[in-house]
Amino acid sequence: MKQSFYERIGESVHREVLPNGLQVCVVPKPEFAKSYAFFATRYGGMDTRFCLDGKWLDTPAGIAHYLEHKMFDTKEGNALQELAKNGAEPNAFTSNAMTGYYFDSTDHFEENLEILLSFVSIPYFTEESVAKEQGIIGQEIRMIEDNPDWQIYTRMMRALYRNSTARTSIAGTVESISHITAETLYDCHKAFYTPSNMVLTVVGDVKPEHIVDTARRILPREGGPVIPRDYGTEPETVAERETSLAMEVSMPQFLTGFKCRPVADGEDYMRMSLIGDMACDILLGDSSPLYLRLYDQGLINTSFGGTFEMMPGVAYLYAGGDSKDSRAVMAEIRKEADRLAREGIDEDFYQRVRRAAFGSNLRGLNSFENIAVSLTEGYFHGYDPFRFPQVFDSITKEDIAAFLRDNITEDRMVLSEIVPKEA
Amino acid sequence: MEMTRTKLAEGVYLTYLPARKFKTSLLSAQFAVPIRQETASAYALLPAVLRRGTVTYPDMGSLSARLDRLYGARIDYTVRKKGENQCVGFVASFIDDSFAPGGEKLLEPVADLLGELICDPATERGRFVPAYFESEKTNLIDAIRSLINDKRDYADSRLLWEMCAGEPYGISRLGSEETAEKLQLRKLYAQYGQLIATSRLELFYSGSADENRVVRALRSAFSTLPRENIQDVAIPQDHPAREEVRTVVEELDVTQGKLGMGFSCGSSDTAALLMGNTLFGGSSNSKLFLNVREKLSLCYYASSLYHRQKGLITVSSGIEFDNYQKAYDEILAQLAAVQNGDLEDWELEGARSTLLNAYASMGDSQGKLENFYLGQAVTGQSETPEDLAAQVRQVTPERIFKAMKTVKLDTVYFLRGKEAAE
Repeated sequence: MKQSFYERIGESVHREVLPNGLQVCVVPKPEFAKSYAFFATRYGGMDTRFCLDGKWLDTPAGIAHYLEHKMFDTKEGNALQELAKNGAEPNAFTSNAMTGYYFDSTDHFEENLEILLSFVSIPYFTEESVAKEQGIIGQEIRMIEDNPDWQIYTRMMRALYRNSTARTSIAGTVESISHITAETLYDCHKAFYTPSNMVLTVVGDVKPEHIVDTARRILPREGGPVIPRDYGTEPETVAERETSLAMEVSMPQFLTGFKCRPVADGEDYMRMSLIGDMACDILLGDSSPLYLRLYDQGLINTSFGGTFEMMPGVAYLYAGGDSKDSRAVMAEIRKEADRLAREGIDEDFYQRVRRAAFGSNLRGLNSFENIAVSLTEGYFHGYDPFRFPQVFDSITKEDIAAFLRDNITEDRMVLSEIVPKEA
Repeated sequence: MEMTRTKLAEGVYLTYLPARKFKTSLLSAQFAVPIRQETASAYALLPAVLRRGTVTYPDMGSLSARLDRLYGARIDYTVRKKGENQCVGFVASFIDDSFAPGGEKLLEPVADLLGELICDPATERGRFVPAYFESEKTNLIDAIRSLINDKRDYADSRLLWEMCAGEPYGISRLGSEETAEKLQLRKLYAQYGQLIATSRLELFYSGSADENRVVRALRSAFSTLPRENIQDVAIPQDHPAREEVRTVVEELDVTQGKLGMGFSCGSSDTAALLMGNTLFGGSSNSKLFLNVREKLSLCYYASSLYHRQKGLITVSSGIEFDNYQKAYDEILAQLAAVQNGDLEDWELEGARSTLLNAYASMGDSQGKLENFYLGQAVTGQSETPEDLAAQVRQVTPERIFKAMKTVKLDTVYFLRGKEAAE
C-alpha cells in the first residue's frame, strides 16, 4: 500500500487500488477505542438516467435511496441485525451523488467489516420484500414533508435548477417510489455497486494490510464498465425567482440561493470548494460586518447561516434562517457582495477568516465519519482533501472577490420562503 | 480512561480528562441550579446575553474577531436540563496547541475569554446593555415558539411536559413563553449576580495540557468569581404513580401523526433497565424496530429512550393517523414481550454489546464526555462509563424481566392532522 503523511494536520493515509478497481483508504487512529468503516458507491439521488448495456434507462425518483434501504436484506435475514448483534451501530445515507454504508464498533471489527462488504455487494430482494418497504419509506417521506427545513431547501433547489437532476428529491415521492420493482433495483445495483465505482475507507486502530486482504477476499474479482449518466443540460439562468409555502411554523423562514458556475474535477474542484466556503464566511459568516449589522438590527438571529455546495455539474451558495423581513436581508446580501467585489476585502479581516477556516477544517478531523466522507468525495472528484493547508496557501483574497463578482448577482439569485399558516 | 475531579473553590469543581488523540481541546463552564418554572427563562436567557460582549470585547464583532484569531476557537452558549437541574454556561472548543501553525498557546487565552464572558460582561449603568437584553429576549421567545417547527422534537417534548406536569422534570429547559415575555432587564442582572455567586460551577477540560496548567489557567480566569451560600443541586424525585393512564390528543396541520407513550419505572435497578430499554426500543435490533417498523411497516421510526436520571421510559414514533390503535397495541405487546422474557439469546447479547460499544466509544468524543460527566456531576452520581459498562456486563436476564415488570404506561400523547378529526 502507498502511505502518505500529512505533517501539517498530523494524519497519514494508506491507499491502494485493487485489481477490480476498488479504492481502499485506511487512516490509522491508534489511541481510539472505536474503528469506523465506510463503504460508498458513486451513485445517489441525482443518478436517475443512465446507460446500462447500451440502453438508456429512466428510473424513478428516489430509487438510489430505496436501494439503500433494501441492501440490508440478506438471504439469511437482515445485515442490520447481524451487525447490531456484535454491538456495531450500522447505518447508511443517500446523498445527491453518493450512497454510503457504515458502522463503528469497538469489538469484532474485522468480522463486522466482512458483513458490511458482503451485504452491500450481494443484492437480495423479492417482490414482497420490495413492496413491504413502501410503507416504511412512505412514512420517511411523510416525516420529511412535514419538516420545514427540508421543504425550504428542496423548493430552493427547484427554483435554482431547471433541468439538472440536482432538483430531484433524494427520497422521491410516495407516488414515484410506487413504480420501483425488484428488477429495477437489480439493474441499478449491477450498474453502480461494482468495485470500480466504489471506495472503502477505514478509520481506526487497524492493520491496513488486513483491510485490503478482507476486501480482496469478499468482493467480486472484476469491476464493471464506466456507466454514462445524464444529469440534464442546465442553463446559466435560474428556473424560478421565488417560491413560497405555508406550513405549521412559528415564524417565517427563508433561504436565498445563488446559482454558481460549476468547475471540473481535480484539485480545482477542492480549491473552488474552499474558495466558496471562505466567500460565504467573508460575505455573511458570523464574524462578517454584514452578519453583525443584520443581527443588531434584529433582521436575523442565531439561526442565520450560509454554506457553499458542489455536486456533479452544479455549484451553489445559499444562506438563510428565521426572519421577519427576508427581502431586506436578501437585498443587504447582494449589496454587501457588490461592495466586496468593488472595494476588495479588508486585509486584516481576510487573514482572520483564513485562520478560522483552517481551524474549522482541522476540527473536522475529529470526526471519523467526516474523514471517511471527505476522502471518498475526494476520490470521486480527483483531489486529496488532506492537502487543504496547501490549497489554502494558494488562495488569495482576489480569488474570493472574483468569486463574489461572478456568482453573487441579481440574475443568479432565488428566494424560497416558508410562512406560518393563517390561524 | 484517566479522569480526576478536583474542588477548585467553594462549589467549583473541575473534571479533568487528559487526551492527546484529538485535534482540539474542549473547555466547558456550566452553572447548575434546580430547575424552576419562575427562573427557567431567566437562566436560559443569561448565557445568550453574556455571549454578546465583555468589558474587553464589548460587542459581537470584537468577540468574533478575537475567536477568529485564536484559529477559529468556538465558544457556544448552552442551556441543558440534567435530571431536575438546569445547566447554563459555555462550551469552548479550540485547536490543540500542537497544531497552531505559529506555535501559540491557546488554552490560556480561551480560558481567560471564558472567565471574562462569565465574570465581566459588557454593562451600561450597572446592568446589561439594553439592546443585548432586548434582542436576546426576542430570540429566546422565538426559540421557545419554534419548537413546533420540528414535529418529532415537539411531540417528544409535549409527552414529557404532559407526563411530568407539576414536577421539575416537566419544565422546559428554556422555560415558558409566558415567563420569557415578562423578563426584565434590571431583574435579570440581579439574577445573574445570584446565579454566578450561589450556584454550583462545573468546569470540564479534555485535551493535551497537563492538569496543573489547566488548574492554573482556570484559577486565573475565574479569580474574580464571587462565591457565597452555595445552594445544592437537585437530586431527581420519583415520578408519582398515576391511577389511570392520561391521554392527550392534539391536532395540527401535518401529514404524519406522532405517537408518544410515557412509562414510569418502579425499579431502581438502573443497569437492568438500561438493558431492558435497549431490548425494547433502544437499538436497530430492538423489539420496536424489528416489529413495529420492519415486520408491520407501520413507521419509519419507533424507538424508546430510558431517562436514567429520572427513571422513565418514553417511546417516540411517526405513523399514519389511521394506524394509531395498531401501533399503540403493538408497542404495548412488545413491552409485554420484554417483561415476559419472550427473548432470544442473540437479542440479549446484541443489546449488551450495543450498550458496551456506546460506553467504550464515549472516550472518542469530547462532546459526549462533557455531556456525560456534567449529567453525572449534577445528579450526584459518580460512575464512569467503564463502571456503567461493568454493571451492564453483570446484568442477568432475571433482573431485566423483574425490573421491566415495574414499567407501567402512564401518559399517551398523539399528534394528528386536522382533516383526521372530521
